[in-house]
Amino acid sequence: MLRVFIADDEAPARERLKELLADIAAELPTELVGEAANGLDAVERLPASRAQLLLLDIEMPGMRGLEVARHLAGLELAPAVVFVTAHDRHAVEAFELNALDYLLKPVRAERLAAALKKASAGGPPAREQLARAAAQAREYLSVTERNRIHLVPVRDVVYLRAELKYVTLRTRAGEHLIEESLVALEREFAERFVRVHRNCLVARAAVRGFERAAEGGDEPHWNVVLEGVPERLPVSRRQWAEVRLLAKEG
Amino acid sequence: MSIKQNFTADVLPDFRNLGVAARILIGVNALAFAAVLAAVPAWGAALERFLLVVARLEPALAVTLVALYALSPALARLAYWQGGAAVVALALAVSGTLHVASAPAGDAIEDLARTLALAAFAALLLLAYLRLLTRAYSPALAEARLQALQSRIRPHFLFNSLNAVLSLIRRDPRRAERALEDLADLFRVLMQDNRSFVALGDEISLLERYASLEQLRLGERLKVVWELAAAPRDALLPPMILQPLLENAIYHGVEPGAGEGRVVVRIERRGARVFARIENPYIEEHAQRAGNRMALANIRERLQLFFDVEARIDTRVAGERFVVEIAMPYRPAKA
Repeated sequence: MLRVFIADDEAPARERLKELLADIAAELPTELVGEAANGLDAVERLPASRAQLLLLDIEMPGMRGLEVARHLAGLELAPAVVFVTAHDRHAVEAFELNALDYLLKPVRAERLAAALKKASAGGPPAREQLARAAAQAREYLSVTERNRIHLVPVRDVVYLRAELKYVTLRTRAGEHLIEESLVALEREFAERFVRVHRNCLVARAAVRGFERAAEGGDEPHWNVVLEGVPERLPVSRRQWAEVRLLAKEG
Repeated sequence: MSIKQNFTADVLPDFRNLGVAARILIGVNALAFAAVLAAVPAWGAALERFLLVVARLEPALAVTLVALYALSPALARLAYWQGGAAVVALALAVSGTLHVASAPAGDAIEDLARTLALAAFAALLLLAYLRLLTRAYSPALAEARLQALQSRIRPHFLFNSLNAVLSLIRRDPRRAERALEDLADLFRVLMQDNRSFVALGDEISLLERYASLEQLRLGERLKVVWELAAAPRDALLPPMILQPLLENAIYHGVEPGAGEGRVVVRIERRGARVFARIENPYIEEHAQRAGNRMALANIRERLQLFFDVEARIDTRVAGERFVVEIAMPYRPAKA
């Protein structure tokens, strides 16, 4: 029995998928283990359902389908994903979904069966593929703790600092470790963050000013002062030319 | 489209349209100014002379415009050349009468002849200009219709609606039937010739059908409040002006929200104007996406083609609500 989770904001669309799953049960037995009516709900509830496959609507309030899939991809037991959309083929191409499994609404029973088989054989979608398909930057960063996904709104992030294997994500409230590359984060959120140092991105909106610093034997350099956190972060000589402009803007 | 539709017979302009009246007013005065400037070489003297001319010109022009306004329906029934001749005759009669009435007793007959010649010349020139303008706009009307057809209903809406109907067929066949009937009505209007006016009453029932389809798929998330008690159902308006606005309101204001989205449709007549206002929750992140403005530009263009400068469409964000309002002249359908 394939464990299936359905995420779609329209109740009739969820009903329709359930009917179709029942129709193809002889060919492909499935068990419905959960439903969600918006993206945030799906991220919240899917892990506990231990779903093997997610039927995921692309346009949903709260969080769009592609972002949902990106957060879920961090799970140890990440589900395979079949996207469902009422957009036409043209839009699907624009989304660069071609590399992923998707169905067009209204969905036909045969297509659904074929897509379920293909996706469950292929396993969860690769994170890089999802990132490529997502046209927009994410609204959340996710921290996966065992079988729970903790979402941190990107707008709450004060700075991101690369450590040995991880990136430390700092908000006013605390710190989290995320498994992403600083380079990719810089590219995705170029509008929001600026690089102050080889290992550090800070939120442009949080920059309050700069201080001269020369502690102990350090060479004299500038530190950036950030709103909401006590620590001062060093600005590298290389980045100073670009970063100092922020002080003038502010 | 058939080739026939490219052929359009000449028609007299609608003399009750503010834009036409304004063009006549400005056109005749510009002609007068040009004539004075040609006759008098110095700027200062020319301006003085122009003021004198205007003092005699304006009463004749005003009477002619009022007469045209009054006679407009009668003129519209004539063939183009007959109507044109009637307009010229009218201009001659008005300017001749005013000339005789205002001229001092001893004025020469020759002067009257000049006045009449100028009046006829101005009338013919403006008729020619307005004819060109009408011709220039006719292909635009056809094109606007095409454009409208493309941008109107989002494919997203059609496929989601069909999907919703499919989900009803087993559980609630009667509701599925009604939904398909609504869909059929909606597409019937979409596919008909949209170049003539429709009654507001018909447009309202179309809005209700559309809303019931959206209700089907969005359920409790969509709440449409209708404020139509003062809506003049006999008012004429261009087809498919209001539906895209309601579609926008739902697409941008309700679908992206997780909770209940309230859309208020208020249509009313105040004096000689009809006001239609649609408001929806303003969802900022979604508003930054394009698409909305295109639909609005399309509607603005069609309003202009139908009403010239007499209609306007405004949008504003008021607190957490997005408001779009159309104001257009009240033109009742003849019973």
